[in-house]
Amino acid sequence: MSMYLEMIRVRFLMMLAYRTNYYSGILIYSINIGAYYFLWSAIYGGKEEIQGLSVAQMTTYVAVAWMARAFYYNNIDREIAAEIKDGKVAIEMIRPYNYLGMKTMQALGEGVFRLLFFSVPGMIIVALIFPVRFDANFTTWIFFFISLIFSFIVNTYINLLTGIMTFFLFNNSGLIRAKRVVIDLFSGLLLPISFYPDWAQNLMSYLPFQAISYVPSMIFTEGFTGEEIYHALLSQAVWVVILLIPIRLLWSQAKKHLIVQGG
Amino acid sequence: MFYLSLFFQYASQYLKTRLTYRADTVIEILSDLLFQAVNLIFILVVFRHTAFLGGWNRDEIIFIYGFFLVPYAIFSSFFNIWDFNDRYIIKGEMDRILTRPVHSLFQIILERIELESLFGAVTGLLVMGYSIVNLGLTFTWYDVLLFIVMVFGGAFIYAGIFISIASIGFWSDSRTDIMPMMYNISNYGRYPVNIYNKVIQFVLTWILPFAFVGVYPASYFLNREEWYGYAFFTPVMGILFFGIAILLWNAGVKKYRGAGN
Repeated sequence: MSMYLEMIRVRFLMMLAYRTNYYSGILIYSINIGAYYFLWSAIYGGKEEIQGLSVAQMTTYVAVAWMARAFYYNNIDREIAAEIKDGKVAIEMIRPYNYLGMKTMQALGEGVFRLLFFSVPGMIIVALIFPVRFDANFTTWIFFFISLIFSFIVNTYINLLTGIMTFFLFNNSGLIRAKRVVIDLFSGLLLPISFYPDWAQNLMSYLPFQAISYVPSMIFTEGFTGEEIYHALLSQAVWVVILLIPIRLLWSQAKKHLIVQGG
Repeated sequence: MFYLSLFFQYASQYLKTRLTYRADTVIEILSDLLFQAVNLIFILVVFRHTAFLGGWNRDEIIFIYGFFLVPYAIFSSFFNIWDFNDRYIIKGEMDRILTRPVHSLFQIILERIELESLFGAVTGLLVMGYSIVNLGLTFTWYDVLLFIVMVFGGAFIYAGIFISIASIGFWSDSRTDIMPMMYNISNYGRYPVNIYNKVIQFVLTWILPFAFVGVYPASYFLNREEWYGYAFFTPVMGILFFGIAILLWNAGVKKYRGAGN
């Protein structure tokens, strides 16, 4: 266990050493939030609310969704793909820890770093420019953080799955890109799931993606209330368990399948 | 003529390498398509809940997006200089470029060509076709010529902005994140500029004129006469920004001293 904590710490310190790289990231996220802020203001026009969300809630939704993304987002799929390609994965596999566990811990170190040095200052800046509301009550914040942890796990699992696919596809940069686009759309980052037509909402309820962005953002903006919150958190927890199965299966297949290219 | 034959030689070499890794090329084209689909889905879903976006209806917004895809496809096929600083300055590849008797920028364009991005133009034409049918737009023969002029105007604006930023690398080889920032700002150009506040409108028109890649030229074909002045200015802006970029580039090359060792 302490070994894995150490991995979190090392990745955190590594990110800390390059922290200036992240100031521009905050600016980039603010630019994106700004674009969607104006877009949504124009979409609302004079309307009071759309699908139960007011303009103020929508602005907050967009800001929270992007800043939460800073926490759950990571590139371990790319890292795994690179390590498989240059053969480093063979060395990692004989080391006395679980390779996928290590990757998850590195992702967590990165996530915690981004949460503290990116999301928090980013949120303050965004709140100064745009009418974002942070007056959510204490229990809402608690639920938000619980769902944020689930969203990190679900997203990381999907990244692990994408990374492991490199064992079978050899070059999966296309798949990695496609996965990113799919997550942006179906996770609720760009559009709240409730805006989609019913058949699409139905379809998406069978997919893990809304556990990544839609659930935490809706909890924070209080678009979910009472029972809905528990249902949403439960669905996230279910995905955390279900996604473990394909990871286990593919990983045991991958170990048999390993071909080190070059190396 | 020499430049033209060089272009075709590079292009044919490029196609050979892409055809070797066929599966990868197909997946890349599909993921581009997916990315374009996402933006379209966004527009379609949003217009289920509103009739107008800053005074533009659904099919007009779709047309603007379709138009935007065409110059953007040309830009991303031929002007992949977003990693110029890393690839050419820091790794010293620029020295190799400068020993050859062809203009340095032209060589870099040839080396970084990505022809499969041109599929985006096909998507753009199809998207525009869909909206033209819905809006019942009609065109005359010279509209085709104007379309080509405006598309190239837009592509040159994009190229001009990104070449200018790449040129910064000649003066400072430290890592900057201006490039990714610019890609994000360029997203603002996909929607009508009148939904933004005055400052952003001004920036998108005169400083980082991404509005000239989407909404302004598209408004000519949508018969939005209030924007005609801007629409016809598109090729002028293209030539202007591309010209400035070339001047900056040439000044930068003169200044270039190499990255050491």
